Amino acid sequence: MIGRYIRYIIGAAALLAVILVILFRPPEILFYPYLEHIGFLKRALFVLLLCSVLCVYRIIKGPTASDRIVGIDMFGILIIGFCAVLTVSTGRSWYIDIGIAWALQSFISTLALAKYLEGKDFDE
Amino acid sequence: MSNIAGFILISVGLAFDLFGCLGLLRLPDVYNRLQAATKCVTLGTCSILFGMFLITGFTSSGIKAVLCIIFLLLTSPVAAHALARASHKSGVKLWEGSVVDRYEEDAK
Repeated sequence: MIGRYIRYIIGAAALLAVILVILFRPPEILFYPYLEHIGFLKRALFVLLLCSVLCVYRIIKGPTASDRIVGIDMFGILIIGFCAVLTVSTGRSWYIDIGIAWALQSFISTLALAKYLEGKDFDE
Repeated sequence: MSNIAGFILISVGLAFDLFGCLGLLRLPDVYNRLQAATKCVTLGTCSILFGMFLITGFTSSGIKAVLCIIFLLLTSPVAAHALARASHKSGVKLWEGSVVDRYEEDAK
């Protein structure tokens, strides 16, 4: 019983640890320490983490395969927003490159999963 | 001045993201959830990226944010349409309170 749900417990613990770190002790990798408005950006990251927790609930619980695919698509979109907020808060410009690459990959994977649901081959 | 506008746009985008995820959690059907998710893309994340462009200005990261907005606006409705069509063809039932199903009528 515990062995079946151990991966969910580990994932929830890791997510909770990230939330606690961002709330109480911002590490210097995530935040450029001499920037104004740092509290606003911290709360923005917290709201995006809350949204991704809701998406993970839908991915785990979703009754059909389409629900899970919608949740995964939504999760990728949230990661793009996360990269944008990190670009503002750290001042490093390569975070938005991760966002662009994630947008490309998410579009292609969603189309491939839709083709798979429809039951066709990939070359039609 | 553009800093303040950028932070306001980021706040609007965060609110739309949060409401879209609540819709993803609470709505009863795949198609309703897909509708909430697509609103969340176009008004949520594109607004966050545009706010980031207003804050950083015409630097390399700002131009990349505009490119990302254009790409998201082009591709996200296509992906949503493909996903809705595929889930309708694979036999996902509508919610029992649904009123009309035009796609089924056209397919006959």
